[in-house]
Amino acid sequence: MNRIRYMVEKEIRQLRRNPVLLRIMLVAPIMQLILLSYAANYEVKNLNIAVVDGDHTTYSQRLVGKFRYLTNFNMTGYLPNDKQARQTLLAGNADLVLVIPPHFERDLEKEGRAAVQLLLNAIDGSKAGIANGYATVIIRDFNADILAETRTVTPGAVQKLDVQNQYWYNPRLEYKTFMVPGVLFELLLLVGGLVSALNLVREKEIGTMEQLNVTPIRKHEFILGKSIPFVLIGVVLFTVGLLLGRFLFQIPMEGSIVLMYLFALLFLILCVGLGLLISTMAENQQQALFVAFFLLVLFILLSGLFAATENMPDWAQWLNAVNPLKYIIEVGRNVMLKGSTFADVSGQFFTLAGMAVGLLVLASWRYRKTV
Amino acid sequence: MDAIIIENVSKSYGEALAVADVSLSIRVGELFGLIGPDGAGKTTLFKILVTLLLPDAGRATVVGRDVVRDYKDLRQRVGYMPGRFSLYPDLSVQENLAFFATVFGTTIRQNYHLIQEIYSQLEPFKNRRAGQLSGGMKQKLALCCALIHKPEVLFLDEPTTGVDAVSRKEFWDMLRKLNERGLTTLVSTPYMDEADRCDRIAFMQTGRVLAVDQPSVITNRFRKPLFAVRAADTYRLIQDLRQAPFTESCYSFGEFLHLTVRSGGVTDLQIGQYLLDKNHRNIEIQPIQPGIEDTFMALMNQPEPTA
Repeated sequence: MNRIRYMVEKEIRQLRRNPVLLRIMLVAPIMQLILLSYAANYEVKNLNIAVVDGDHTTYSQRLVGKFRYLTNFNMTGYLPNDKQARQTLLAGNADLVLVIPPHFERDLEKEGRAAVQLLLNAIDGSKAGIANGYATVIIRDFNADILAETRTVTPGAVQKLDVQNQYWYNPRLEYKTFMVPGVLFELLLLVGGLVSALNLVREKEIGTMEQLNVTPIRKHEFILGKSIPFVLIGVVLFTVGLLLGRFLFQIPMEGSIVLMYLFALLFLILCVGLGLLISTMAENQQQALFVAFFLLVLFILLSGLFAATENMPDWAQWLNAVNPLKYIIEVGRNVMLKGSTFADVSGQFFTLAGMAVGLLVLASWRYRKTV
Repeated sequence: MDAIIIENVSKSYGEALAVADVSLSIRVGELFGLIGPDGAGKTTLFKILVTLLLPDAGRATVVGRDVVRDYKDLRQRVGYMPGRFSLYPDLSVQENLAFFATVFGTTIRQNYHLIQEIYSQLEPFKNRRAGQLSGGMKQKLALCCALIHKPEVLFLDEPTTGVDAVSRKEFWDMLRKLNERGLTTLVSTPYMDEADRCDRIAFMQTGRVLAVDQPSVITNRFRKPLFAVRAADTYRLIQDLRQAPFTESCYSFGEFLHLTVRSGGVTDLQIGQYLLDKNHRNIEIQPIQPGIEDTFMALMNQPEPTA
C-alpha cells in the first residue's frame, strides 16, 4: 500500500516538474472542447446559388424569388445557359445551380407538371446533401402554392397535410448541445489513453523501468501507481468540462450527475488500460504515439461524435462494437440530454466494464512477458 | 558456498549468440571484474544474474537463490546499477534516493550508514535534479540508490564508462571501501587499466570467458618476450614490424608499439638492426613487462578452444 502511495506521489511530483505538459494536458483539451463545440456545426448557411432561367415567366420568377429570401441561400445571379452553369460550378462560384427549362410555365398549366434541374457541387458530400434538402423543401413549397392557386375554384377542397416537427431532448436543434457530451469523453480518451501510454513508455526509454524491475515492487503496485494519477487528472478535466458545458454552453443536465461521474471513472480506467497495453507493445514514445494516434482517430471518427453510427456501413458498425468511445458518447448524450437512468444505460455500463477488465488483463499479461 | 555461481549459461538474441556457455564462480566478499570489449556479452550476463533476462540454457544462483526460480527473493538481495544512467532526471537527488528506498520497503534513515560516505559528497546538491548532475555525481547517486536496501551482492555494469579519469579513480576507491566491509561486488568494464583493481578478473570476448584469475597471475601467463618500440614514422613502423620474420603480433599502445616476438627469437639489438635496414630513424626499443592489455590482446588472438 505504502509503495502505491509513493508511486502516485512520485508521479504527481514529476508531473508538477513538467509544467508545460501539465498545462497542455489541462488547457489543450478544454480549448478543444470549446473550439469543437462552437465550430462543428452542420447548419449550412450562405449557400451560393445561381439560376439559369430558360423560361422568364411569372412562375419561374416566383420560384427563384423563394430562394432569394432565405438566409441560407445567397443569390449570385442569373446565368445565360447550361454551359455557363457548369463553368460556374467548376470555378466554385456557386454551390448549386437551379436550371429552369423553357416552357416551364406552359407545361405546368397545360400538363400540370414540369421539371426543374438542380446542379450541386458535391465535393463536400454532406454540404451538398443539406443544400439539396433545403432546395427540395423550397420547391415542394412552391409546388403546394401553385397547386392551391389553380384549384381555388372550390375553396377548402384542397386537403393539406401539415406536418410540424418537434425535436425532443434538443428542441432548438443546437449542435453545441449535441457536441459537448461527446467531446467531453473524447478528451478523457486523449488524456487517459494517449498521455498515460507515453508516460509509461518514457520509463522504458530512460531505463527506470528496468531499474524498477529489479526491485521487489509488484506488478499491480506499479500499474496502480502509474494509473491513479491519470485517472485523477481525468476526473479534474471532466469536472471542468462539465462546468463549461453547463454554464458556458447551457447544456441541460437532465440525468444524475453521480451517474455521469461513475461512467467517467469507468471510462478513464478503460483508457488507462488501453494506454498501458499500448505501452507494453511500444519500445519508444514515437511508436506509442503512432499506435495511440491511429486508434484515437479511428475511435473518434467511428464513434458517432460527428456522424450518426446507424448510417455507417455494416463493417463499420461491427468495428464499432469494440469502440469504447461509441458507448460512452451514447451514455453521455442520453444521461445529460434525456435524463436516462442507470437501468437505461446498464448495457453500455457492462460492455464498458468488460472492455476495461479485458484491456487491463491483457496489459498485465503483456507487461509480464516483456520483463 | 560461492556468492555467485554460473553454470553453462547461454543466451542468444535471435541468431546472435550473446552469452555462450559461460561458467564462473564468484566468492563471497570478492571484488570481481568482468573485462571485455563492447559487445562481449557482459551486460547480457548481468541482466541474467539480476533476474531481468531468462537464460536460454544453463543455470545460475546468486547468494544461493536461483535466478529464475527464486527471482522475487533475489530482487530484495541484489543491488544493480545499469550501464546507462537510469534514475528519474526530473526528480531531485534526495527524491530519487527516497523513492528507491521506499520501493525496497526501507527508508534512507534506516540504511544511511551504508551510503553515508558517498552520499555526503552529494549532500550539497541534494535538491538538484538528477538530470542536472555531472557524470561522476550521477554515478555516485546511482550507486547510493543501488545500496540503499542493503544488498548482499552488488552488480555494477560498466559504472565508469563516460566518466572522467579523476572520478573513475574515486569511484574505484569507493568500491574498494565497500568491498572491505564485506560486500560481494561484480563489476564489468571495457577499460583494461581497471582490471588491476579487482581481486579476480574474467576476460570476456564474443560471449565466452577466455580466462579467469587474479590480475597478476593472468599477466604472468603471458610468457612471450615483449618489447616497446618507437620510431619517427609510426605508420611505416607498424607495417614493417608486422612483416618482420620474428614478429608474432604488433599493436599500438599510445606512443609506443607493443611487439611480441616468437619465443627463442630475437634480442632488442636484432630488432634495431632490422629497423635500421628499413631506414627508420629515432628508434627506441626496450623490453617490457606485459600488462593486462597485452594479455587480453594475446588471449583474443588465440584460436577458439575446440570442444
